Amino acid sequence: MLRTGRGRTIVIFLKLIVTNLRRHRIRSIISVAGIAFSVAAMLTVVTILQGAIGMFSGILSSDSEIVVFERNVSDLFFSNVPAAAIQEIAGWPMVAHADPVLFGIVSSADHPIVTCFGLTAADARIRKATWLAGDRQQFARHDDDVVLGERAAEFLSAAYGSHVQIGHATFHVVGILKTANGFEDGGVFMPLASAQSFFHKEGISSVITIKLRDKNDAAAFKSAVKAKYASLIALEDEEFNRSYSQFKILKATAWAVAGCGLAMGGLGVANTMIMSVFTRVREIAILRVNGFSNMQIAAIVFGEAAVVSLLGAALGLLTGTGLLFALKLVPALHGYIDVSIQPEIMLVVLLLALLTGIAGALYPAIYAMRVRAVEALRFE
Amino acid sequence: MNPSTASDKASPRVVLRAENVWKSYDDGAIEVLKGVSFEAAAGQTVALCGPSGCGKSTLLHLFGGLDEPDRGHVSVNGVEINRHRNLLKLLRHEIGFVFQLHNLIPDLTLEENCLIPTVAAGLDRRAAQERLRQLAERTGLSHRLNHRIQKLSGGERQRTALCRALMNKPMILLADEPTGSLDEQTSAAVFALLLDIATTEGVTLLMATHDRGLAARCDRLLEMHDGRIHEPAAN
Repeated sequence: MLRTGRGRTIVIFLKLIVTNLRRHRIRSIISVAGIAFSVAAMLTVVTILQGAIGMFSGILSSDSEIVVFERNVSDLFFSNVPAAAIQEIAGWPMVAHADPVLFGIVSSADHPIVTCFGLTAADARIRKATWLAGDRQQFARHDDDVVLGERAAEFLSAAYGSHVQIGHATFHVVGILKTANGFEDGGVFMPLASAQSFFHKEGISSVITIKLRDKNDAAAFKSAVKAKYASLIALEDEEFNRSYSQFKILKATAWAVAGCGLAMGGLGVANTMIMSVFTRVREIAILRVNGFSNMQIAAIVFGEAAVVSLLGAALGLLTGTGLLFALKLVPALHGYIDVSIQPEIMLVVLLLALLTGIAGALYPAIYAMRVRAVEALRFE
Repeated sequence: MNPSTASDKASPRVVLRAENVWKSYDDGAIEVLKGVSFEAAAGQTVALCGPSGCGKSTLLHLFGGLDEPDRGHVSVNGVEINRHRNLLKLLRHEIGFVFQLHNLIPDLTLEENCLIPTVAAGLDRRAAQERLRQLAERTGLSHRLNHRIQKLSGGERQRTALCRALMNKPMILLADEPTGSLDEQTSAAVFALLLDIATTEGVTLLMATHDRGLAARCDRLLEMHDGRIHEPAAN
């Protein structure tokens, strides 16, 4: 009996699209897998780097909404904010509190890179952390006191009350704290003065994080900094995340690496589609004899590529998400990976996968449109 | 020989016309058609007989717009075929093709294969379904509509190809050895059906065949030799 469903035409079109994928299952699976791996790699790389950026900016925005640092520095580790500026800014009526932070990198016995934070005892990072050992009253009592993040304590094999070698100096561990931020969790917290001395930056901090009494004063605060200190710049957290050159480089790198992966997947789709068109030349000729236009034939080829891409993208998103969850469980990466995948990243990844598939089908579609029915059907 | 005067029907309207058509392949090394002139009137059934390679299929392809002549003019229903201008309209509404091999798409069902021309032409779904119902009934395929092509016999496949060719109610049916791959009995049955439908639907049939017995049952029998058409006086 004839079926009378309204979507009969669409069903036939869809069948023409998927028919070749079903005929050459292994090739189709390989092609889908190529896109899936690319998408998974893209999602993983971009999410990890976005997470890293988020964590780093989280250090700066802890209980603050503005960061002040030296203008035109390529990296905050090179930023020098003088103590005089810190004192003056902290005294401005619109400022609730101003916390100077000095960033430093040092090596330990087994770890070439250990991030150090020079902080005051009043700093939000100290106040808000979960103290696993010791308490914040002990912070900054002596010059050689340090507090370790939980993971830093682990990889430095340091316990509460013990001494730990950091760089060329030995410090007394007066606390171990836990934060949700991977950088902080793997960091060493020193009293600001000790850190300045340790890193030979007396009277200097890398940034000042600012909490305003009224958020609406942000523009006025930034103007005041600009007017008063030509060498400094004040940026709201959102602005900082957008404009900080290191973040830009990281983001560009992430998307470039991801793009290369996707391009490889695209080549796979192109190869599949070329083979697909070559093996169904006769079928294309039949469609042409039955009145199919160039556009309708191209739509079948693009449709096939779109199915491969979307299946690959869906599988890649699942694989990538699973991979991120698995990486999050690795103790060494604890706190560094943020598995909260942003919907816009998923959308971009999906669109890029689709576009890649469509781009990969361009030449095959043109080839299909040029198939001459008379030649394809001549040899029966 | 005067092919243009062959029809004995009253003032027939010419729907197929070839005027001094030349066609060669391999940069002129193989000359297939050498100045073919030919006309067929609306509703006529015309058989083209001749040895393999004499140009029968080539002439059919030219009328179907699948190939272009090197010289001369080919027109359908008074309009010269132009690959860029009117080919789609020709293939969708005026011409139906049946080949020696059924040329059906194996992954689709009989029904879906038959609906392909209606999908291409964007025909109304209800009208397409109704047309298929009528043709399937006529060709004895009603019970096979949802069967895949692999499940059909040779005769059923060729009848399916005939249904597909007629779906958009073309005024011309070009059949290239339509029974060439069938056994004698099936061949006779399929040809009888082809002739019957062509006659009752008023379709002009131009059929290339080696089977002179079948060809003799058409209104006209044309012989092709050496790239030219010869129409026996008996026609």
